[in-house]
Amino acid sequence: MSETPEIVDDPALRTLVERVRQARSLRSGLYIRGGNTKAFYGNAPRGEPLDMGGLSGISSYEPTELVVTVRAGTPLAELEAVLAEKGQCLAFEPPRFAPGGNDSGTVPPGGTVGGMVAAGLSGPSRAAVGAVRDHVLGATLLNGRAEVLSFGGQVMKNVAGYDVSRVLAGSMGVLGAICEVSLKVLPQPAATATLRFEMDQGRALRQLNEWAGRPLPLHASAWWQGLLVLRLSGAAAAVRSAAQSLGGEVLPPDLATAFWTGLRDQGDEYFVNARTALDAGATLWRLSLPQTAPPLALDGDSLVEWGGAQRWLCTRLPAATVRDAAAAAGGHATLFMGHDRSAGVFAPLQSPLDRIHRELKRAFDPDRVFDAGRLYPGLCP
Amino acid sequence: MNAPLPPEAAAPLAARAARQAEVLAALQPLLPAHALLWRSEDTVPYECDGLTAYREQPLLVALPEDQAQVAAVLRACHALRVPVVARGAGTGLSGGALPHALGVTLSLAKFNKILKVDKLSRTAVVQCGVRNLAISEAAAPLGLYYAPDPSSQIACSIGGNVAENSGGVHCLKYGLTLHNVLRVRGFTIEGEAVEFGSEALDCAGLDLLALIVGSEGMLAVISEVTVKLVPKPQIARCIMASFDDIRKAGDAVAQIIAAGIIPAGLEMMDKPMTAAVEGFVHAGYDLDAEAILLCESDGTPEEVEEEIGRMLDVLSGSGATRMEVSKDEAQRLKFWSGRKNAFPASGRISPDYMCMDSTIPRKRLADMLLAIQAMESKYGLRCANVFHAGDGNLHPLILFDANDPDQLHRCELFGADILETSVAMGGTVTGEHGVGVEKLSSMCVQFSPEEREQMFAVKRAFDPAELLNPGKVIPLLSRCAEYGKMHVKKGLLPFPDLPRF
Repeated sequence: MSETPEIVDDPALRTLVERVRQARSLRSGLYIRGGNTKAFYGNAPRGEPLDMGGLSGISSYEPTELVVTVRAGTPLAELEAVLAEKGQCLAFEPPRFAPGGNDSGTVPPGGTVGGMVAAGLSGPSRAAVGAVRDHVLGATLLNGRAEVLSFGGQVMKNVAGYDVSRVLAGSMGVLGAICEVSLKVLPQPAATATLRFEMDQGRALRQLNEWAGRPLPLHASAWWQGLLVLRLSGAAAAVRSAAQSLGGEVLPPDLATAFWTGLRDQGDEYFVNARTALDAGATLWRLSLPQTAPPLALDGDSLVEWGGAQRWLCTRLPAATVRDAAAAAGGHATLFMGHDRSAGVFAPLQSPLDRIHRELKRAFDPDRVFDAGRLYPGLCP
Repeated sequence: MNAPLPPEAAAPLAARAARQAEVLAALQPLLPAHALLWRSEDTVPYECDGLTAYREQPLLVALPEDQAQVAAVLRACHALRVPVVARGAGTGLSGGALPHALGVTLSLAKFNKILKVDKLSRTAVVQCGVRNLAISEAAAPLGLYYAPDPSSQIACSIGGNVAENSGGVHCLKYGLTLHNVLRVRGFTIEGEAVEFGSEALDCAGLDLLALIVGSEGMLAVISEVTVKLVPKPQIARCIMASFDDIRKAGDAVAQIIAAGIIPAGLEMMDKPMTAAVEGFVHAGYDLDAEAILLCESDGTPEEVEEEIGRMLDVLSGSGATRMEVSKDEAQRLKFWSGRKNAFPASGRISPDYMCMDSTIPRKRLADMLLAIQAMESKYGLRCANVFHAGDGNLHPLILFDANDPDQLHRCELFGADILETSVAMGGTVTGEHGVGVEKLSSMCVQFSPEEREQMFAVKRAFDPAELLNPGKVIPLLSRCAEYGKMHVKKGLLPFPDLPRF
């Protein structure tokens, strides 16, 4: 692929810099918007939207380097299509939410690459291959001083200076606008197989952790309502022999693909049910726990992913009950989806982490141009 | 080459002695007598780390024995505004643990206990001073190991690995320290206990663990690390392939990746390095080859057989002149013995050597080797090369005699040339050894003044008084102006606000 002009020469970037400069001098706040497909996620945004859709395109892609550099407003679907042409993929399987977009066309339909990084959400393969942040190699950031800064790079190993680019993964736009990002990409797995087992949650958790201690090509797992579904992937020979030794019922490939895609994009039955339950006053929680934590004794509908490390809970229990249970198990709970977000979407921070968060916000955005409330309303006192 | 600017180095001896007495008086009540060193003969062993070209004696060395003592020392130093340089095993290659002339060196050597190795969760909780290899040894009976394996793994500590985000020969497939650490516990400069990450896979708020890993002791002091352990592959086999042309070897690396293969290890040695290590380990390397590739596959026996077959196809298709596949574990280790001994082998053929550590895009490997050959003539010095080819990380070893000041000078210019060429090729000045003091000036070339100022602001968010390992990693504006090499990335004018001659 031919090299596109440097991002600093992109007129869309100049427009963004000017917007930030203006907002800074007028002391007005901005919140960063890509495809607007994750408006449900995080606390309610404040200020005027800063649309990233104009800053679009793949800046460079070299399959043999396993690196792609992409502008923030590029639709995720476009990036994935380009990678697929070369037999490569984003190994962490980021979720793709509903179409989004707006009438005037300034917000592209479907999620954007910038939004994917800023939200920091990873899909079913996360426990096996790492999260979004593990695949970020570098980023160009527009900070609150309207400066365009680059950190990291386009190579796998790089310890020159602090790893600012990886901190942007999951930063929810608090530190500034991600303008361009370099991502590690990987070959699509040579072979996959999906197995299904009947077992209760406790046994599934024990079994998943035991399997993970053996050299097996585990790639993803999901437990719901007494069924454990397991995906193997890797070299054909390894997948074949692992499938034989683990037993279970082998799912036909098309059914398996549909299942994992549904899970990845949160369109499968569990999430459809959860969205319906939201209207009846339930909340969908995402609990991030040690993989070995036993099943939590909380009322509600549970879906367990990531070998036990990610547990979805659709429940009407009070926020404090869910948060306390997650903390007691060594993790934290995020109010992922719900009509009432007054309890705060993200688990509150303890000292000294709260102070470090406030100081980092000040370091990148001293005049509070970018809305920090999406992450923590108290970050800008 | 890039020694730190020593603003306080000229402090009169009397003032230094007075300061030493003041800090000593503050720390003595906090530590047992044997845990505090201040006499010159006792602090000399701490005057440098693995980068011996730079030396400095600290005011004193504190060797706390428990968490409470670490916190107390930090509180006292913070109150007195004394710089603190944390030190692990002292094997670092960039001067990250170089003492501060008016600072305390905080040795964490006594934090050497493995607290927990757990089979079911596949984690180990270890104190920061535990050696990298000791973790894998402790996990071996469970069929598990800790994946990042820097060549110094018999000596380097996990705390130092976290500070430098250390890699190793297997990180293309298994990741860097960052990807293998779940949680880090330690203290802020104020002596407050702090925890980054958790036993879960993510945390609420910003991913500060990503910032701590690789921060070279400038943001917090690390005392305990929870690492991920992974199952030991059932078998590993290695291909040793010879090439009669550097460019063919470089292309073979790209072709392996293009074929969708992620090798467990992919290393390159050039002819001078092959000769040096063969003389040292007698592993039967091909001395006629212009370049040798070591390409490893690990996994189940079926998986490895399939992958080795594909690797051999690609290598022969890329023009390999000789290929040998390890038949057993002994032969595999023999193949690796030369690569792992590249540094000591270089020590045998030259009085001194300087190891560089830049990373470039893989496709530029051959260009870089040819550029280095041209630099050998330009600077009149020899250079032997080992590359972590799979991830583009170079370790050129420039051979010189430090007793000859002109050779040292030429070596420094040679090294800076390699780093700047790496940046120009789209790479970075350090892949795994860290900036420390060694590559401070090169940071001026890689980052703009605004980017460096942003890094300072990050540091101050953790350490407002800039007491943790000051003077490392981020060069001051004045230093970059003096260095004179311009950051030209993206056409921005460097130092627009500095007067010019």
